[in-house]
Amino acid sequence: MVRLMVDAPTAGSDESPVDAFLEGKRPDEDGPQGAPSLRHAPGPYFGSYGGRWMPESLIAALDELEDTFEKAKADPEFTAQIAELNKNYSGRPSLLTEAKRFAEHAGGVRIFLKREDLNHTGSHKINNVLGQALLAKRMGKTRVIAETGAGQHGVASATAAALLGLECVVYMGAEDCRRQALNVARMELLGATVIPVTNGSQTLKDAINEALRDWVANVDNTHYLLGTAAGAHPFPAMVRYFHEVIGEEARAQILEQTGRLPDAVCACIGGGSNAIGIFHGFLDDPSVKIYGFEAGGEGVETGRHAATITLGKPGVLHGARSYLMQDDDGQTIESHSISAGLDYPGVGPEHSYLADIGRVSYEPITDSEAMEAFRLLCRTEGIIPAIESAHALAGAIKVGQRLAAEAAESAGDASEKIVLVNLSGRGDKDVATAAEWFDLLDKDSPEHEIAQEGEQL
Amino acid sequence: MSTVENSAEGKLQFASKSAAAIDRARAQGRAALIGYLPAGYPSVEDTIAAGIALAENGADLIEIGIPYSDPVMDGQVIQAATTEALAKGFHVGQVFDVVRGITSKTDAAVLVMTYWNPVVRMGVDEFSRRLAEAGGAGLITPDLIPDEASEWMAASDKYGLDRVFLVAPSSSSERMKRTVDASRGFVYAVSIMGVTGARTSVSSAAKDVVAAAHAAGADRVCVGLGVSNAGHVREIAAYADGVIVGTALVAAIGEGGVDAVASLTKELSTGLTKEEA
Repeated sequence: MVRLMVDAPTAGSDESPVDAFLEGKRPDEDGPQGAPSLRHAPGPYFGSYGGRWMPESLIAALDELEDTFEKAKADPEFTAQIAELNKNYSGRPSLLTEAKRFAEHAGGVRIFLKREDLNHTGSHKINNVLGQALLAKRMGKTRVIAETGAGQHGVASATAAALLGLECVVYMGAEDCRRQALNVARMELLGATVIPVTNGSQTLKDAINEALRDWVANVDNTHYLLGTAAGAHPFPAMVRYFHEVIGEEARAQILEQTGRLPDAVCACIGGGSNAIGIFHGFLDDPSVKIYGFEAGGEGVETGRHAATITLGKPGVLHGARSYLMQDDDGQTIESHSISAGLDYPGVGPEHSYLADIGRVSYEPITDSEAMEAFRLLCRTEGIIPAIESAHALAGAIKVGQRLAAEAAESAGDASEKIVLVNLSGRGDKDVATAAEWFDLLDKDSPEHEIAQEGEQL
Repeated sequence: MSTVENSAEGKLQFASKSAAAIDRARAQGRAALIGYLPAGYPSVEDTIAAGIALAENGADLIEIGIPYSDPVMDGQVIQAATTEALAKGFHVGQVFDVVRGITSKTDAAVLVMTYWNPVVRMGVDEFSRRLAEAGGAGLITPDLIPDEASEWMAASDKYGLDRVFLVAPSSSSERMKRTVDASRGFVYAVSIMGVTGARTSVSSAAKDVVAAAHAAGADRVCVGLGVSNAGHVREIAAYADGVIVGTALVAAIGEGGVDAVASLTKELSTGLTKEEA
């Protein structure tokens, strides 16, 4: 298999975005005004990002996966299987809900929520796990392994494995296992084995390391069901493919409900899978501004954050070249966020590329800003969002206020501006964290004690 | 510095330090012994002393590992050692002190084994320049494949460094050929599908990987992963050009310090002679 060698080690090179993107040898598609399309980027490279920075032992498995994935995409039987599961198992299409009372706090623009929280298992994660589990079956693999931080991807993986009759092993940092005991129980109820990881910092990145060690030893019968649009090729392009349905549905729904495209699309970014899924639908619409909101933790100035694109530097981790939180020696720095789902020191390589060419703006949202947006959505719309998604909501408030200010300057009406937010998951899992944050628990209650450790109720 | 000459193909050819060390062993009718130690475990001074002890007790080549936050190809023993080194404040620049400390006292070829991001962070050219300056022979790169190595290919040519890529039981014949072609010094044959760590027996896959690498044109193929005693060494020395021992030496330095490294190396080297096989 011939791979393109891209030798552009520095980000933000001075060549034009178009040239940089064409370096990825992606096919020209029907982009606007003859501009090259940003959609369906096939990898392995996104500009100078992506690739395969992996041990040779795993390259054959990545080749097999790429080959299986490419054939499956072209196989009507496979795409029909995905469509059927999306409709009758996950509950797609997910709704598009206008958040009128919430929008009053965002400068009076119109805000629409793409309701991935209503999917089976409560987030967008199900889109990817069903797709990959089907590919595992096509490859004749009988076992899937997955990493998980708080447990959402682990639960989704265990769900897909149960549905399709695959053995499932989930690696989870020992500290996360303790804090998320109920999610461990959920995975076990679904028939998965959860292995606590005690190496390194005992967090999500170490769970990925341990999953990779398992994969290299068991690759004959095992597929690594990576949970985000990161990692070695073909994972970033493949995980995006399974989430593209979010953007496709949202684009059609907003056109149907408002008669036009939104002015802005907002999503939260950890590894970036929900974001790339919704962004993909709008990448070739130049009138649509796209925003990714990273976890700013306690504030990017404190060093305790997960704002990888905002403050990281290009490096290689877990198989891809991308922005990375690292020290001067290239050692990975631990990330921090109130949201376990955003608490990752890397980011998918396509996001790094979209940041460099300026197509998507990436900004940090602090824990406090996210929790204020969390409370606001609960109180104004009767929807408890995942804390991950609350970062996108907080960002949407800022974007809405900016759009409203712009409208005022040009004597326009803020209510004609439209902001689309990917509500990537529901907040049931975050009730304890939120209750502790808002001081809702009796100091003597066992729940208070549990919540202080971040555990779910 | 290495000498440079133009080969028949017109490609720059360097006098590879690793190849020379393996060839010296070959001239003595035996396989080469390659010992691995992580830099800074338990201290930078100990790594230098243990490296010298390796060379004085029968090792022909020495691999110095750079402790890294995310060592996906390493098992528990090496992970624990490198985690400790990092916790004690090891920084990447010290690897050059270790290399210089050993090369200034011994004739062993000293390679650095490193995950790729620390090299990227320092700059591939700068890292290579400093390694060559310290007397290093080259790099072993467990998570860098030739497909992604264009910068390293250029820098290793510029500074006359060996580039040791890995081949595995899962490598296709096409990839085997490409990796062998990209390598200089020797090719690192991974004996089994797995991570570093002592195992009770040598995988039968190892012999096939070595044969495939030789068939693809490799002059020197060394076997690593799961090699921990003289019996393993003897078994592999019968068909490979070199035998790589890691975890057992790391455990030795952790438990018995430099003296334990010296005595284990002496014992391992008894397995090298092919006639005894």
